[in-house]
Amino acid sequence: METIQKNDSEASSNESWQPKIVAFLCNWCSYAGADLAGVSRIQYPPNIRIIRVPCSGRVNPLFIIKTLQYGADGVLVSGCHPGDCHYISGNLIARRRFALLKKFLEYIGVEPGRLNFSWISAAEGEKFSKVVSEVVEKVKALGPATRLVKE
Amino acid sequence: MTEAEQSMRKTARKLLEEKKVAMIIGYEKGTLPLRTTPCFISDTKEVDRLVWNATCANNLAKYIIDSKGKVGIIAKGCDARSIVTCIVEKQIDRENVFIIGLPCAGIIDRKKIETELDEQEILEAKINDDHIILKGENFERQFAVKSIIDDSCLSCKYRNPPIYDVLVGEKVPDSMGDDKFISASRNESKSDEERWELFTKELNKCIRCYACKNVCPLCYCNECFVDQNMPTWLGKTDNPSDTMVYHIIRILHTAGRCVDCGTCSRACPMGINLRALTQKMVKLVKELYGFDAGLSIEDVPPLATFKQDDPQEFIQ
Ligand code: SF4
Ligand code: SF4
Ligand code: SF4
Ligand code: FES
Repeated sequence: METIQKNDSEASSNESWQPKIVAFLCNWCSYAGADLAGVSRIQYPPNIRIIRVPCSGRVNPLFIIKTLQYGADGVLVSGCHPGDCHYISGNLIARRRFALLKKFLEYIGVEPGRLNFSWISAAEGEKFSKVVSEVVEKVKALGPATRLVKE
Repeated sequence: MTEAEQSMRKTARKLLEEKKVAMIIGYEKGTLPLRTTPCFISDTKEVDRLVWNATCANNLAKYIIDSKGKVGIIAKGCDARSIVTCIVEKQIDRENVFIIGLPCAGIIDRKKIETELDEQEILEAKINDDHIILKGENFERQFAVKSIIDDSCLSCKYRNPPIYDVLVGEKVPDSMGDDKFISASRNESKSDEERWELFTKELNKCIRCYACKNVCPLCYCNECFVDQNMPTWLGKTDNPSDTMVYHIIRILHTAGRCVDCGTCSRACPMGINLRALTQKMVKLVKELYGFDAGLSIEDVPPLATFKQDDPQEFIQ
């Protein structure tokens, strides 16, 4: 697995440092939401790298942890709102998994802001842009990821 | 020989004689003092190898999955709960297992003794009902069993097996009094930095021998994620980050299944306090989904289901 390329300067004090954020977006809602943001020309920060998944239920916690291990500064996982999942309950099963992962990582000391979750529908281009901006701000405040990163 | 041990052997012999089971899974004396080892008895002549005492530390549910036909199994509270988990996860049929339940007086923690003895080698151990006598080259010491009980037993709330086909011996009080989540709670008040430091320091001792997963009855996967190589999920290195990831994922895989038996912690040759991690997962599952693993074979695994109103304050 290749390490996500780091910016030249990694120091958080450096004004030009930009976080890299990996976003796992479900095909049916959040990915379409991102698309809508695009075609509607709604601005959002270019820090995210999108990975399209069939459903938020496809996201194995291992994916999230590996992303942090190989150089992402933050992760966003986004799926359909409860009740809207294309596979009926993929997101509700995933919700339990995500809750445990998030709380467990916090327990071992990984900063809470590195892991972000949202429900964004295909009609919520605005919300997509807002969530991405918030996540980027949060991760910028934390600075480059160091915990769990494989050196 | 204690009374419980005697009646356990009697029960085992009877089951084999009457051909009710093809094999008994139990404990026998280990090669070193204070050790027992799992054993598999199918011949009535061998029944006297079975022992039952405060050093029966392994979780025997580990061995039930691979056994063929109907087997009898010696089960403390925690073993019985792990057997329930195996039944719930459809790894074994309830009809194929005969549970010989034993109320548990607690397992001793060898590490506590080793500390007390300043690591001097124990050459001989004699275990009586409530105390043990240890002999070494220049010492003879006596310990009350109570004073060297493993932490996982002190905080256990299910010392009597919640499920059994026959119960050997008298029931004991369900708990010894310690807070159930004491190991996890201890760390919760610390800051992010302190906890990160604590866990990296602890896990840096890990040599990735995988004893913790090899003794755990939950780790029955034909191919563990640590061994998969298409793709290779986990680097086969001693890099601290890989080690962390191993532990995080293993513990996530125990969610809603771990019975906090402490077997993984006791198996660790490096003395890593794994319970501070595994117990947190048990606690989270209890707090978020109100679930305690291994109490009923009617259970639905909490990660295979959901409720409409599950907590989601962390989702934007
Ligand atoms: S650590 Fe996970 S994948 Fe490996 S054997 Fe245990 S449960 Fe299976
Ligand atoms: S993870 Fe450890 S404490 Fe939990 S069931 Fe497995 S061996 Fe027991
Ligand atoms: S038993 Fe201990 S040393 Fe071995 S892999 Fe587990 S934590 Fe690491
Ligand atoms: S299809 Fe979008 S979360 Fe399941």
